Amino acid sequence: MSRKITVNVCMGTGGIAAGGSTVMEAFRQEFAEVGVDNARVVEKCRLHKVGCRGFCARDVLVDIAIDDQSWTYQYVDEKMVKRLVAEHILDNKPVEQWLVGDDYHTFHDNQEKIILGVLGHIDPESIDEYIGIGGYKAAEKVLATMTPQDTIEEIKRSGLRGRGGAGFPTGLKWSFCAANQADRRYIICNADEGDPGAFMDRSVIEGNPHAVIEGMIIGAYAIGADTGYIYIRAEYPLAVQRLKIALAAAKERGFLGKGICGSSFDLDLKIKLGAGAFVCGEETALIASIEGERGMPRAKPPFPANKGLWGKPTIINNVETLANIPPIINRGAEWFTSIGSEKSKGTKVIALTGKIRNTGLIEIPMGMPLKKIIYDIGGGIEGDRLFKAVQTGGPSGGCIPQQHIDLPVDYEGLKSVGSMMGSGGMVVLDETDCMVNIAKFFLTFTQEESCGKCVPCRIGTKRLLEILTRITEGEGKPSDLDLLQELAEDVRDASLCGLGMSAPNPVLSTLKYFRHEYEAHIFQKKCPAKVCSKLLTFYIRPDHCVGCGACKKACAVKAISGELKQVHQVDQALCIKCGSCFDACKFNAVIKE
Amino acid sequence: MISLTIDNQPVEVEAGATVLEAARKLRIDIPTLCHDSRLKPHGACRLCIVEIAGMPKPVTSCTTPATEKMVVTTQSAHLNRLRKTTVELLLSDHPNDCMICIGSGDCKLQELAYRFNLRGSRFRGKMRAHDRIDENPFVQRDQNKCVLCGLCVRVCEEIQGVGAIGYANRGFESKITPPFEKELSCEFCGQCIAVCPTGALSGKLWVGYPRQQGLEKTETTCSYCGCGCNLTLHTYGKSIAKVTSRQDNHNRGWLCVKGRFGYEFVTSNERLTTPLIRRQKGGSLEPASWEEALDLVASRLLDIKSKHGPDAVGGLASARCTNEEGYLFQKMFRAGIGTNNVDHCARY
Amino acid sequence: MAGLAAKFGSGAMTNSVAEISDNKALLVIGSNTTENHPIIGLRMKEAVRNGAQLIVADPRRIPLVKFATLWLRHMPGTDSVLLNALMHVIIREGWEDRTFIEKRTEGFDAFAEGLKQFTPEFAENITGVPADDIVSAARIYATAENAGIYYAMGITQHSFGTNNVHAVGNLAMVTGNLGKHGAGVNPLRGQNNVQGCCDVGCLPTDLPGYQKVADAKVREKFGKAWGRTLSSEPGLTASEMTEKMLAGTLKGLYIFGENPALSDPNMNHSIKAFENLDLLVVQDIFLTETAELADVVLPSASFAEKEGTFTNSERRVQRVRIALDPPGQAQSDLAIIKQVYRRIDPEGVSENATAESVFNELTALWPAMAGMSYERLETEGLQWPCPTDDHPGTPYLHRESFAREGGKALFTVVPHVLSKELPDEQYPFVLTTGRQLFHYHTGTMTRRSTGLDKISPAPYIELNPEDAASLGIEDTGLLTVTSRRGSIRLKARVSGIVPPRVVFIPFHYKEAAANRLTIDAMDPISKIMEAKVCAVRLEK
Ligand SMILES: Cc1cc2nc3c(=O)[nH]c(=O)nc-3n(C[C@H](O)[C@H](O)[C@H](O)COP(=O)(O)O)c2cc1C
Ligand code: SF4
Ligand code: SF4
Repeated sequence: MSRKITVNVCMGTGGIAAGGSTVMEAFRQEFAEVGVDNARVVEKCRLHKVGCRGFCARDVLVDIAIDDQSWTYQYVDEKMVKRLVAEHILDNKPVEQWLVGDDYHTFHDNQEKIILGVLGHIDPESIDEYIGIGGYKAAEKVLATMTPQDTIEEIKRSGLRGRGGAGFPTGLKWSFCAANQADRRYIICNADEGDPGAFMDRSVIEGNPHAVIEGMIIGAYAIGADTGYIYIRAEYPLAVQRLKIALAAAKERGFLGKGICGSSFDLDLKIKLGAGAFVCGEETALIASIEGERGMPRAKPPFPANKGLWGKPTIINNVETLANIPPIINRGAEWFTSIGSEKSKGTKVIALTGKIRNTGLIEIPMGMPLKKIIYDIGGGIEGDRLFKAVQTGGPSGGCIPQQHIDLPVDYEGLKSVGSMMGSGGMVVLDETDCMVNIAKFFLTFTQEESCGKCVPCRIGTKRLLEILTRITEGEGKPSDLDLLQELAEDVRDASLCGLGMSAPNPVLSTLKYFRHEYEAHIFQKKCPAKVCSKLLTFYIRPDHCVGCGACKKACAVKAISGELKQVHQVDQALCIKCGSCFDACKFNAVIKE
Repeated sequence: MISLTIDNQPVEVEAGATVLEAARKLRIDIPTLCHDSRLKPHGACRLCIVEIAGMPKPVTSCTTPATEKMVVTTQSAHLNRLRKTTVELLLSDHPNDCMICIGSGDCKLQELAYRFNLRGSRFRGKMRAHDRIDENPFVQRDQNKCVLCGLCVRVCEEIQGVGAIGYANRGFESKITPPFEKELSCEFCGQCIAVCPTGALSGKLWVGYPRQQGLEKTETTCSYCGCGCNLTLHTYGKSIAKVTSRQDNHNRGWLCVKGRFGYEFVTSNERLTTPLIRRQKGGSLEPASWEEALDLVASRLLDIKSKHGPDAVGGLASARCTNEEGYLFQKMFRAGIGTNNVDHCARY
Repeated sequence: MAGLAAKFGSGAMTNSVAEISDNKALLVIGSNTTENHPIIGLRMKEAVRNGAQLIVADPRRIPLVKFATLWLRHMPGTDSVLLNALMHVIIREGWEDRTFIEKRTEGFDAFAEGLKQFTPEFAENITGVPADDIVSAARIYATAENAGIYYAMGITQHSFGTNNVHAVGNLAMVTGNLGKHGAGVNPLRGQNNVQGCCDVGCLPTDLPGYQKVADAKVREKFGKAWGRTLSSEPGLTASEMTEKMLAGTLKGLYIFGENPALSDPNMNHSIKAFENLDLLVVQDIFLTETAELADVVLPSASFAEKEGTFTNSERRVQRVRIALDPPGQAQSDLAIIKQVYRRIDPEGVSENATAESVFNELTALWPAMAGMSYERLETEGLQWPCPTDDHPGTPYLHRESFAREGGKALFTVVPHVLSKELPDEQYPFVLTTGRQLFHYHTGTMTRRSTGLDKISPAPYIELNPEDAASLGIEDTGLLTVTSRRGSIRLKARVSGIVPPRVVFIPFHYKEAAANRLTIDAMDPISKIMEAKVCAVRLEK
């Protein structure tokens, strides 16, 4: 009897960082040592380099699949390999204590994986494996049996909307582009992914680059482009490398180049490396950057679909948008529309982070209530603290409070409460987060990333940040509340590009839902979440202090006095509110208020 | 032709025209700071925003192509508020030292502040503090007054084709600078100065002259090359304070370094101020009165004519003198002396 | 000038500067436009931005090369061979405009015959431009919907400059690039009023408006208007004057606003000529090198201190206005000439004559300017011909017919001639001279403008790194440059701007005047000096 054994090692960037390649090497050595390939059991054993599976906290993840059954191990390192091979593979006894737990399954079972499903199950560096799971069938189908108009119609009917942020209907955008008279058109894949903490696009490219390429082939055919660019940030070396491999393979197999799949359609795809400015993800800035100019947005209209790269009609789609195209073609628009909510079809990949148990990459059907995401998939708040808000949509999304916890997560839903889908970031905040500080945090990012072209964003975000900073430092004035509100609205309404238009969102939404926190900072000079250090007082509870002197040692400005074994005191006049004593005390004697 | 409605007035424009151009055709005044009709639209200052029916947000009229049946509103409380905030933000990061600023009186920011009646700014905060690198002889740069309209960068790239300056840094710290923040090293055409709406870029040669009061303007034609650019000489007393050029002329306001900055020779102290005569061969040139000099010239010319015939005399005119002078000069030789010996030195 | 007039009946820029932006192809030859005609240069760059193809033909890597589709680096003095080769290709490939040739030109057959020897390969040998590039250039120029040619002193300042101009004109004629918008043959005038100066008759053979002295009817017309009988004796050109001064037959010379002691080729020769005069009158704003040799120096007004009109390269007549008073006792040139004239002939000019009245006298005598008046020129200039009061001026010439008798343009056979002085063992380098951006002419004005002089304070000689290496000279090292006529010493500027064996010196600097070296060989027809090619020797 021969068994089919597959060992899957998570080799996404997270995986590699956590030692994926060492683990893989260890498996190889071990197999060689114990002679798995010629002894009594193994007929075939493959080592995979698979993409991220979205449970990043548990890297390295390893699947051991024997015939049709599969087990997943978490936190695997090279020292564990010997035992895994000996017990599980040789003795057929899975190592229970290292297997992932139930939460891993709730985490996965609640998801709907059109995009992520493949990640982790095929070797992204092998075009054969992609073809093996039906890859490039959609492209072949489109080229052989559909006209460009048919293709656009099909995408229109699927209701697919752009996953890069704005949620514009993809089919409609394609039809605009195709309607222009032009001697050339271009297609661009936006893989800039500049949101801090976002890694969905990277994961897709690292785990299944051919899906994106196939999506681009179909898009290019639909709009009549013969050249495309994949704009990807240079900080994603692995993704870039896998793309290069994939492009070369696709070209070799005739999916790119002249006369694709025997048709008369030609397409050349090129990689453009971005320097990593957030604003370069904005489509017009991205175009400027490809044209060799400074990555500064240009005013719209004219939209890129009419006048884009080098003045020619251009389609820019996000990685995830494009990865959705082949499944839609293969399985039909009706299938796609059966997933998701009324106006938002299909799924969305989300990077779930913050004060939550299961952080990682997830894919949900559109319209799933926030609550389900946070509690069922996310496993609830870390340390069972109280949920306060969830910030969605990247640095310029809004904060959604408890009262909207049942909100369906789709484009309309998020917008209705002053936030947005953005690229799909989701940061869960709990009672220990100060909302003024959160607004300040996000604005610090957007303010630094402002390209400086237009006045409202360049100076306006700076001034917003200054007002927020002074509020968190206890310098806020009552008039600042109105000033903040007005300026935030004006920056939103007058800025040139999406960055400036959305940068005020964190401010506006926290002002709306957490105004009391602002008021506490301004009127009582207190930070309710005890985060804003300038508003805190540190003192030592005599009844808890054992006089160990740890706080005294930790204080850089010598504000703490007290003899050994005696109760210590903080001199408020000297204290700079750095919090070192609070962290240093092991007896909970230091209090901040 | 495209017909649209702006502020309830119908207007027709060529295909490809922008909403701003259409509005200007109706003489509707929309404030701008980063716009120059000679350059590609930029959309950065956000002052020319208008509301267009069917568009969710205000858009910049300078970048938006006019389309058939478009309905545009250029004035509303909301637009006014946004424009005002924008100017106020600019003022919050501007030295506002108009009293002693070289740009005062010829500054669009100052005009806007006045128009929006901005006595102060609600937004106090950090101001930029850029170093001044300023060794070249012509262009004075004061980065702290820059509104980042990008006109200088665009004119240098789009019109002059030089690209001597560009943006550095991002966001609030953005600035316009030559590569590596070195001193300017370029053709010094001064086109950047001509388009800068504030006192950020000015002419070094202007320093020491009045800004407005007491300056007189004269329209004339450049005396250097055959391009024949239109010049406006701004004079003060006996000297030229600065040279500019009108946009509505064939050279569209563009000049070269010689036309814009090469005027100091006019007031050089080496200028000849009195006739000179060499009273004997081998002697030196000595001052003389006009009477003496003119009499001498005429009598000696006639003398040579009577002794050796008219063709023993010749005249060389200049390709730098006026048509009238040239005409009278050749007439004097032909009709007055009777010779065709007139030519000029720069013929080709 | 003379060349063009012979072909088309007029020697001015056929088209306007503004039209350049609409050119589909441009051939710029012998013109360092961005430095010498910067604002015309802007239009060329704009044309390129608008999608035009630009061919630059120049031995030096001039700044415009950066914008060019194709750069033809021909050896100095081989322009007409290059141009002939372009036409050879055009005819060989059938790219010529037959209709235009038949309807609007004459002399084609002989001309075409004369082109036979000028194959691209033959031209490659002489010019150094690869034959393939010649073919590409011919294609670009000939197949463009409309193409303009722009040239300056690089074409004319040769002992065979007229030939060169003929070649340029032929090229436009073969392809029908005349008499239409955005095309033409366009000589760019070096100084602000070269055009006007010629227009108003400061030419030995021409009365105002190119009306010929040789023509008895013309003499009669002007004689009547001026109340004097006019001499039929053709006048001397500037260079002939120099010869006659040296020979002692020209005894009195009145120079106004020029500095030939520095600007004339072979200036040592010119200085000797001036010293030989009985009377030298110089009217200028500075005590120039020429004025220093004068017997009488008359202090005149700068452009900012006088009134009148200038005519630019594109035939646009524009006003000059008084902004300042002249310094000291200086007076406007017009006032000075008037006073001298009245002393010679009190009836020649009225005491009350003004710039405007003189202008009106001029326009009455030349139909092409008859429609102009100061009033009309108040706001913007007018381009001649402007025959009537309501005529808007003429952006481009030869729309319907040429100004020659019979109305047709004339093809001219342009033979293969060589520069008078070619490099040899003793003088192995070709010297070519010209201007640079920051200075103008002999520097009389620009070198007295402190900023300009600060940026470009000292004379220099450009030489190729290869030659610098073999001479063992480094950048900024001093070199002595010697020709058969003289010798100057100046700093080396080592750069790839010039090709090997070619050196360049700007002629603005009196302390190392390039014209001590240049040759005074001249074109037999236009009498222009060969400033662009002579042979020199370099020593450390
Ligand atoms: C500041 C800013 C940054 C953006 N960054 C990205 C990005 O990193 N990736 C992306 O796909 N879209 C990004 N976008 C959205 C793009 O402008 C564009 O809408 C999108 O690429 C269109 O593709 P889609 O229709 O497939 O969503 C950004 C927008 C803004 C305003
Ligand atoms: S909104 Fe901000 S990022 Fe966008 S163009 Fe304006 S300054 Fe640049
Ligand atoms: S220097 Fe002047 S022209 Fe240039 S960006 Fe600043 S304000 Fe605009």
